[in-house]
Order: sequence, then structure tokens, then C-alpha cells
Amino acid sequence: MTINPDQSNSPNGAPAIRMVDLCRHYQMGEALIRAVDGVSLQIQPGEFVALLGSSGSGKSSLLNLIAGLDRPTSGAVIVEDRDLAHLSREELAKHRLRTVGMVFQSFNLVSRMTLAENVELPLRFAEVDRRQRQSLTRQALERVGLGARMTHRPSELSGGEQQRAALARALINHPRLLLADEPTGNLDSHTGTEIMNFIREFNQSLGMTIVMVTHERALAERYARRMILLADGKLVDDRPNNDRPHEDQPNPAAVTASRQRERR
Amino acid sequence: MKTYDLSELALRNLRESSLRNSLTTIGISVGVASLVAMLSLGIGLQKLATRHLAKSGLFDTVVVTSRRELRGFNRDDERSTASAAESRTLDEPARQEIERLPDVLEAYPDIRFITELSYQNKTHLTMVSGIPDSARSNDAFTGIPGSFFSSETAPEVILQKSFALELLGKTPPPGHEDDVPVRELAKPLLGQELVMRYAQRVSAPESAGEDTPAKSGASTVSESDAAYSVISREQKLKIVGISDLDPDSMRGAARARVFLPLKLAQDLRVMQPSDVRDSMRGFSKQPSYSTVSVRVRNPKNVEAVEQAIKKLGFNTFSILDATRSLRQFFAVLDLFLGIFGSLALAVASIGIVNTLVMAILERRREIGIMKAIGASDGDVKKLFFAEAGAMGLLGGVVGVALGWAIGHIINLGTNIYLKRQALPPESFWSVPWWLVGAAIVFAFIVSLVSGLYPAARAARLDPVQALRYE
Repeated sequence: MTINPDQSNSPNGAPAIRMVDLCRHYQMGEALIRAVDGVSLQIQPGEFVALLGSSGSGKSSLLNLIAGLDRPTSGAVIVEDRDLAHLSREELAKHRLRTVGMVFQSFNLVSRMTLAENVELPLRFAEVDRRQRQSLTRQALERVGLGARMTHRPSELSGGEQQRAALARALINHPRLLLADEPTGNLDSHTGTEIMNFIREFNQSLGMTIVMVTHERALAERYARRMILLADGKLVDDRPNNDRPHEDQPNPAAVTASRQRERR
Repeated sequence: MKTYDLSELALRNLRESSLRNSLTTIGISVGVASLVAMLSLGIGLQKLATRHLAKSGLFDTVVVTSRRELRGFNRDDERSTASAAESRTLDEPARQEIERLPDVLEAYPDIRFITELSYQNKTHLTMVSGIPDSARSNDAFTGIPGSFFSSETAPEVILQKSFALELLGKTPPPGHEDDVPVRELAKPLLGQELVMRYAQRVSAPESAGEDTPAKSGASTVSESDAAYSVISREQKLKIVGISDLDPDSMRGAARARVFLPLKLAQDLRVMQPSDVRDSMRGFSKQPSYSTVSVRVRNPKNVEAVEQAIKKLGFNTFSILDATRSLRQFFAVLDLFLGIFGSLALAVASIGIVNTLVMAILERRREIGIMKAIGASDGDVKKLFFAEAGAMGLLGGVVGVALGWAIGHIINLGTNIYLKRQALPPESFWSVPWWLVGAAIVFAFIVSLVSGLYPAARAARLDPVQALRYE
């Protein structure tokens, strides 16, 4: 069986994310804000990476660049062999729809829609058939334990439940990459742990690549396998998390399965 | 996004802020309603006018004369007037032939003569004309004091108002004819008798021709065929009606002021001016008509019928050009009414822009979320477009219904007013199906155009900015 190098199924093959001298500068009045300033790094498929740094260190900006929500000022951000800097707006939308799933600190559910409608929304954009949409939505919500809350609106739910719904929405199109921006920032420690356990499960059983922005070192040390520290838009530290128990490493078979799923 | 999903999502979004969206939709409805009301008023008035004109017989009538007539109605005809040899006699067979032409409703001889009528021992000289039974529905004879002729041969007359005034010795100064209501004239005159003195044409007995000694073959025959005698006769006529309008106004100076049933006028065999001329030319023993009036099924067909009659070898005349300018007038009227109606719709379309721009500000975050989870610029644009379109479509449908209702109420109100003024009810109101369709489509298109800017603005929204915004 030959393996197409583009479709490498090994965590040691082509990286899931590669950044080359990546910069994102904003002009704010007179001042030039260097939110991301010359970052180069690689993230392999199936990795669980924590982006650490104080507020304003550029970690969220970096996440937005990987998500394709923003474009770099210079440099390259290559996700799944495609340089996002050179994609059209249409292609970037497709990247956000198919390749990445996002969760945010403030959940970002559409307040006037029910949970089911929120989770279903990416399927609408992906033009999935109506009947299939309903069963996929139900499955996704049941997976995060919200099968009974489908017709509720976000405002009727607790923060933990909202974030679980956001996770279900992020996963509905089977992306290979989960980008989490302070996913537990608005949650108490108990529900935060609940959410992190879900994310770890996606990493391990589905082989998803996880990039999580957090300012809580403890959280990063507990779940991430690699910790990248940013300060003033620059990469200041990048090291594996050796404190993490060995059994938490992702199952290589799950990574392969994830990569195969994503090629559909 | 699929069209069905798109419209479902759009309608769902519209329901969410229902107060604002329904107010905007009502704005469109009012715009469409005013457009529909204005245009249907214009169309209704046009229909009313054409209906009355059609009834007046002015616009569907072709007057046919023989080319042998001394004067045609047009100068161009004068050349052909000279060549009597190739022209045809306008007699009964010719009339029947004309009547058989397509789109011709009827062709009747125009019998008119100047004669004396005595009323209460006073003699009045006027033009008398025979009118066909079909004139019963003519505006000049409907709703008049009295009635139309009881039969086609009844010895009855209908007087034109000016002649009625003359009979009563009340002739007002020119320009003040309208000051006297026709009903006042009717009281003393209806049921009264007139005596008409006229010259009857009586064919000479057959023997007269035979007895004439033959001198030179051909001329003898023509002499005998054209021979007739003229006898002075009197006919008593009962006044049955008085017409306010001037149904014969098209004839100008030759217009008649006293009307007889056509059949009666024919049976009287009154000497016609053309008889003398024909007898000089010696064409036929059969009486010929100086003019034949042809009524056409539809004013649209007048031109074609005129051409067909010309081909038969006669001169024709109609006031087709007058209808053309009338149609032009109504086209301009409709245009102006339409522009005024559209103004309201233009205001309503600004309402759509406002509502959608507000919605973008309010739904900034939602747009950011949708983009973050994979909505393309096109999806967002289409969504706002669909919302604008849905409001337009709904507003259009409601507006047409509203416009129809407004028109109905105006019509009803006008008719109540007309009734108080003792006038017959009229329909000023017409909402043709094409107007219903066009108004809805127009509202839809206007809304889509109004949605262009908000939709483009929503699509351009930077998701990072939108999500940061709290």
C-alpha cells in the first residue's frame, strides 16, 4: 500500500500547521501594534498544543490566523498544505467550515436560535441534506450530553452547557483541527474540567489536532502535550509538557482515522 | 447555502424582530398600495372614457361615401371623385357587402334631409336624421328624459336639446345652452305631436318607360330607369325623448337635431339630395345612399375596416386620429400616477435599507459567529438579500390587497356621491391581473435593490472585529 505524501497519516509526516515568519501588525492610530511578530513553528497532526501568554501577547491573534479569520501581514501560515495567506475569501470560508472547528471563551452561540439550530448552522453552510442534518445534530448534541436540551435557547442554559453546545457545533463538520480560545475562561473549575475532558477525548479518540489558547499555566500543564509561550507577539518558549502522564498521548490509530475522515 | 435553507433562515430571522420587520413591511405595503391605487384609478378612468366614447359611436364608426360624391372628406379624395366611371354606387347591395366585412357590426344608410317641422302652428327648418335601433345604447340616448323609439317604424321623434329649446322659444345665448336642464324641457314637450313636411320620391310607373318612344337605344333605357316623381307629404310624429348630448356632432354644420327611427325614415322614401344628381347621371333605378355609417366591433379595427372598404371602391372617414391622441393622453396620465405611486414605494425602500442596516448593527456578533463557523461572504450576503426580498414580497402581496381595498372604498364613496347628485353609478376602478403581478414583482425588485447595500456591508464585516465587539 502506497502512501501519498500529501496524505501522510503519521504524526511525524507533513505538519498539520506550519508558520513561517508569521506577522500580523495592526495600525492603531499612530501606533503600530505587532500582535504577531515573526513566529515560526510547526504543529504535527494529533498534537495537543497550548498557546500560553499574558493578555495582549498575541496568542488569540495567532489562533485567528490559523482559523483563517484573519490574514497575516507577512509570512506564511500553512494549514493542511495550504497557505492561508494566499486563499481567496471564499476559500478561507471553506477552510473555516471544513478544516477547523472553533470554541471561544464567550461560547458565541447565536442567542436567538435554539441549541439544535446553532449546532446545525455549519451543516447548512456546508449544504448538507436536511434530513441528514437533523440526525447529525442530534448525535452531536447527545455526544456532549445535551440531547434533552435541543430546543432550548442558549440563555436558558448554564455556561458549561453552552460551551458543550459550542463544542458540538465545532465538531459537526468533522474538522481535523480544533481551535479553542480560552475555552474555560468563563467557567468555574468544575465545569472547566468537564469541558477540558471533552477536548482531551476528541484529541485522543478522534485524533484531532488541538490548539488551545489559555493564560492558565496549570490548565495547560494538565492537558496539553506541548506548551508554546508568547510574549509581545514573539515566540519565547516552546517545549513538550513532560509533566503530563504518558497514557494521555493520542492513539496513533485515531490520528490516522481522523486524517482519513478529513480527506472525504 | 441552499435556496430553501436560505429562505427558511431568512424568514426565521424576520420573525425574531417582528415589530421592526412588520413595520418595514407595512411601509412597503403602503407604497405598493398607493402605486396600485394610482394606477388602477388611471386605468379605470381610461376604461370609463373609452367605454363612453365607444357608446358615443364616435370612435367605432366609419362613414362611407361614394367616390361619385361631389366632395370627399379629404382633399386627397378629390382626384378620384372625378373619375365617376370606375367608382361604385353606394346602394343596398353595396351596403350589404360592407356589412359582411370582418369586424363590421352593422352598416346602415345615413338618411338625412332638411325639412320643415311644425309645432303649434310654427314652422321650424332643421336637419332630420334616421338612427338605427342599435343607437339605443348610445350615450346620447340612454338615461334621457322620455324613452327611445318604441319600434323601428314607430312615428316617433327624439329631439336634440337645442331644437327643443327652439320649439319652446327659449333659445339661450350661445354658450349658455347648458344652463337649462334638459328635464325642464321634457315636461312640456314629451308626448306632443310634430308635423313633418317632406318630399317623397315615388318611382314612375313601369309603363312610363315603355311608352317613351325609342330614339337612340342606350339613352332611352337610362332615362326611363331614372324616372320618378316627387310628391309633397306630411307625417305626424310624436315626441318621445329629448337628448342632452349632440350625437351627430361629428357632422358639423350638417348635424341633425331631430331623430327618427331609421326604418321609418327609409320607408318614407324622402327625396335625398343625391337623387337629383343620380338621375342626371342616370345610373340606376334603385335609390342610392349618399353615405353609409359603418359600426366597427372595436375601435382598434377601424383602420383595417377602412382599408377594406376603400378596396371596395368607396371613400371613408373616421376620427381614428382622435382616439390615438386620447390613448396618448392616458398613457401620460398613467405615467404620472405611476410616478406618484412609486414615490411612496421609494420611501418604503429607504425603510428597508434602514431596517437592514439596523439589523446589521444589531446582529454584528451573529454575523461574526456565522463567518467564524464557515459562512462565506456570499452566504451572509444572500441571507440579508433574502430577508429584504421576503419583506418586499410580503409587502407587495399585502400592498396589492390594500390598494384594491382602497380603490374599492374610493369607488364606493364616489358612487354614493353620484347617487346623491342623481347621476348613474360608474366604475372608476380597475385592477387588471397584470397590475397585481407587476406590483408584486416591482415591490420585490425594489426591496432587493434596497438590500444591495446592507447585504454587501454585512458580507464585508470583519469576523475578528465582529466577535471582539460586545
